[in-house]
Amino acid sequence: MGNGTSIGRVRGLGSARHGAHHWLVQRFTAIGNLILIPWLLISLALLPGYDYATVHGWASRPVSATLLALICINTFWHARLGVQVFMEDYVHDEGYKFASLAALNAIPLAAAVFGVICVVRIALGGA
Amino acid sequence: MAQAQGNRPLSPHLTIWRWGPAMAVSILHRAAGQAMAFVGIPVFLWWLAALASGPESYATFAGTAGAWYGKVVLIGLSWAFFEHLTSGLRHFVLDVGAGYELDTNNGWSWAVPAIAIVLTALFWAAILLR
Repeated sequence: MGNGTSIGRVRGLGSARHGAHHWLVQRFTAIGNLILIPWLLISLALLPGYDYATVHGWASRPVSATLLALICINTFWHARLGVQVFMEDYVHDEGYKFASLAALNAIPLAAAVFGVICVVRIALGGA
Repeated sequence: MAQAQGNRPLSPHLTIWRWGPAMAVSILHRAAGQAMAFVGIPVFLWWLAALASGPESYATFAGTAGAWYGKVVLIGLSWAFFEHLTSGLRHFVLDVGAGYELDTNNGWSWAVPAIAIVLTALFWAAILLR
């Protein structure tokens, strides 16, 4: 990356046209969270107890399992976008910044897949 | 360009501004979001994995979550959520271009963390006082 010309200074930093998409998806997923997380907290608060049988029975119901899986996708995606902004703003070293952004392309996806697999196992029995 | 950077005037940074409520609520929004991403998601996944793995794993999770330090983390996470939620709703209003008048902006910047604390208290009251 050179510093002689305007194009040289921005080359390699990514397209200039992705910001609006990031901004919009952050808000779309925020709307999803606005439904999903209050649902989770209210459901948990309304459970008669927190023993394994009660919580597992609740989580294995189709609607609960669907919404828990959606949390793993929607909420984790929202978190990924938020952490990306955090890295871009506060990690100044180019090497660390690249490493954090590379990790951001792997860890949230892995976390979402792991979460969905757990929900599927809860919903379909096993254990 | 590159040589000129050394003596160009810099925009005043964080340290010289008098703290205002909008600044505080803005950084709280980020802090709460990062706390949920780095602590909340691992706790949520641990809970799901424990539920998926059977009563013994769940007992390990419940033992930690129910201990005093577990409760501190859970209460902290719920506060982070309500803070991020109310602050996020404020951002939706700001996104449509409303709420920038100084008094309105300051008012909601104070109201957001206050509402978040009330919601956190109500949530835990619903769980613990029944």
